[in-house]
Amino acid sequence: MSDKNPEYDFKWCPGCGDFGVRRAIEQAVEKRIIEREEPVEQNVIVAGIGCSGNMVHLLEGPQPFGIHGLHGRTLPIALGVKMARPDLNTIVVAGDGDFLSIGMEHIAPQAQRNLNICAVVMDNAVYGLTKGQSSPTAEQGMVTSSTPYGKPEIGLNALQLYLTIGVSFVASGLSSKIKDLAELIYQGMDYPGFSIVHVQSPCTVYNNTYEQLKGNPRKGIEPTAWPIGDDHDPSDSVSAHDVVNKGGVPLGVLYKDETPVPFEDRMDGMFAKAKPRTTKELLESYSI
Amino acid sequence: MKKTDFVVRFAGEGGQGFLSAAVGFAGANTQAGYHAQTFATFPSQITGGPTWMLARISTEPILSRGDSLDVLVVFNDYSYETHKDEVREGGVILYDSDQLELENDGRSLGIAFDKLGRSTGNARAANMVMMGALAELVGMPLDVLEDFVKLRWGNTERYGPKIVPQNIEALKLGKDAAAASGFSLGELAPPEAPQYEQIFTNGNTALSLGAMQAGVNFYVGYPISPATTVLVWMEENLVGEGKFVYQVSSEIEAINALVGAGYSGAKAMTATAGPGFSLMSEGLGLAWMAEIPCVVVDVQRGGPATGLPTKTEQSDLFAALHPAHGDVSLPVIAPGTVEECFYAAVAAFNWAERYQGPVIVLSEHSLSEREQNFRKPDIESITVENRIVFTGDNEYFRYQDSKMSPMPLPGGPGSYVANASEHDPMGDTTHLPERHIQMTERRFKKLELLEDGAYESQNIDASIALMPWGGSKGSSREAYTQMIEGEIDLAWYFTMYLNPLPKALLEELLTKHLVIVPELNYQGQFSSYLRSKGVKAESITQYTGLPFKVNDLVDRISDRISSGIKEGATT
Repeated sequence: MSDKNPEYDFKWCPGCGDFGVRRAIEQAVEKRIIEREEPVEQNVIVAGIGCSGNMVHLLEGPQPFGIHGLHGRTLPIALGVKMARPDLNTIVVAGDGDFLSIGMEHIAPQAQRNLNICAVVMDNAVYGLTKGQSSPTAEQGMVTSSTPYGKPEIGLNALQLYLTIGVSFVASGLSSKIKDLAELIYQGMDYPGFSIVHVQSPCTVYNNTYEQLKGNPRKGIEPTAWPIGDDHDPSDSVSAHDVVNKGGVPLGVLYKDETPVPFEDRMDGMFAKAKPRTTKELLESYSI
Repeated sequence: MKKTDFVVRFAGEGGQGFLSAAVGFAGANTQAGYHAQTFATFPSQITGGPTWMLARISTEPILSRGDSLDVLVVFNDYSYETHKDEVREGGVILYDSDQLELENDGRSLGIAFDKLGRSTGNARAANMVMMGALAELVGMPLDVLEDFVKLRWGNTERYGPKIVPQNIEALKLGKDAAAASGFSLGELAPPEAPQYEQIFTNGNTALSLGAMQAGVNFYVGYPISPATTVLVWMEENLVGEGKFVYQVSSEIEAINALVGAGYSGAKAMTATAGPGFSLMSEGLGLAWMAEIPCVVVDVQRGGPATGLPTKTEQSDLFAALHPAHGDVSLPVIAPGTVEECFYAAVAAFNWAERYQGPVIVLSEHSLSEREQNFRKPDIESITVENRIVFTGDNEYFRYQDSKMSPMPLPGGPGSYVANASEHDPMGDTTHLPERHIQMTERRFKKLELLEDGAYESQNIDASIALMPWGGSKGSSREAYTQMIEGEIDLAWYFTMYLNPLPKALLEELLTKHLVIVPELNYQGQFSSYLRSKGVKAESITQYTGLPFKVNDLVDRISDRISSGIKEGATT
């Protein structure tokens, strides 16, 4: 809504990875609503707090519904949206600090439920908005404002985590490869279950990793990001782990459970056994 | 003169089966046309530990659990020692003579419940023998209990034909044994059955039924005493097309799911107790900030932190009024009786929909477990409110105007961002002082939509008033009636609408020289709240984990009134 709202003054820094993620989300939503002939209002974007959370205000073109909620609580809010209204396409956008530190407790429950939403996680390994503290995905030894002598913990491997706790669709993307990313997000939204698209979205101010990710032949820097390729079978969870274990940043769909049952279908199945009673009938059952 | 009222307490070890016997006894009496109320207290463990359950039976509607016991039924020595002093003069202590040896105190009656029960051929009829003896002692016609036995087991085809005659035989054995003992508390007056239809249930079920009537279609919760029974009830009954009920992974998940559901158009609710309510702080702030309708029930227990999970207290009022950081003042509704639990839930949803924001229902342990008979709600006469939904075109500002404005729903027109950050009318984040002023005032202004709550008042010309809140209503009302009959000039006020207070009520309270507030907390939270509104209020506090006794209240209110008059004379 930024272009329509002169009062709104939040800006991403020049070169921020989140610009690319925004464009990819816009493209994926656009493709979806055209294919399904649905209004854009059928989409709800639930954003966390941090640079990435502002995504929900900065989208251009037709506006979906949005919630700019609390730090760490995107998934519980999305649970409420999706299960109150299973007809809505519910997308979570969150940063690595939001999703993987304060929000960590909420990931596994959604995996077990197979909550039918798509989470786009923007990973820059720092807390940008609070000016560059270390985040869970920052490498051990990394110097930031909150780790002046180096980060003591081992960096979290988010992709490995998602596979281990049973997320049924796991993809990895790069913010500068907008077309590929849009396709991953589109597939994630289309997937009937819990999908996470984990995106390397560099912070140009506090942790500029573009050069490492993409490589620089002139300086002899090999890219850490690499395409997974067509020979990987995403339905095979063992080879999905193998892909992650190769190191670097694999790009593409790592894992996709081919027989997912989304949460809303599970609940419908459970309640098939129940016999609903009206309030009047319920009151009657306590009659003297 | 025949007796119109008696109180019986069953005390022993958890798991001895007398809790359900006591509820059954109370239920049987309501079926005969008596009024009944139970009260239970037990330790926080799965089974065992010292437990007691009380049933009060009366020919009149019952306000409190009763101060002293007519009959005490004990199942072990510890219970005898702990409870014997609460038996009134002339009361009887009943026990199984094969299992206990009590001192010969002239008021204890031993009957071989278990042995007599087994003699009927039913190994589980001991409680029936006990109830038969109880009926004889209090002078209750045995057919009250016989009818209950027929109703409870008569329609079970497999066991009924065997169990019903066995249980009736057991009742008679108990009755005969008690009659032969010579103990008697006098004859109980026949019931005066109310002319209206009634139901018999507890506070948490009444609250759940009220929520159903209000149209709840989204419930999530996390197990916590004493709110768990709401979750369990909802899991069974909130089923069918368009409804969602689910046990989530924490109270943090519960409140944030409520925000997502309320945003999407659902009538969403959760029930919790103190510790869970504390975890919901930030989420409640979000619901207030982003203007999302939802209902949060806090069934209060005792103390901070884990505190007293299975005892009663009214100490979450401050937390309910201001659960979150920043300028927040949440609407709070606190029912005073089991019956009011039903209407509090209806009102909470109506308020949430009307002002578009979170509403807190403050119940308490003593109400949650209390089984009581009351008039069956006439659901045709109950107003159910729904939020005003935006139906125009897309050039809409969700947070326009200085007050409530129609709410767009996903899938429909008027897409916007519900924002936890301070925002402009579109919902976009802003830091401009004039916007913060505008939106802060808007959020508080909406509370004016809720100032029309009903309240009770009596003898309003008196300059000193008694005004309890929540579950202290019953014993306060009983104390009040005694005091008025003793010609003490005292006004009575009660409302379950604590924030905002009914406007007309607040105006009346402001004219009083003194408003006395009985409440179960240390700080005097409600009187403090009233003083912040300019009311000259003082508390009578208790923090034992148990409800007030009527006689204690009469003494303490009388003391306060006389000291107030003395002060008045010297100044």
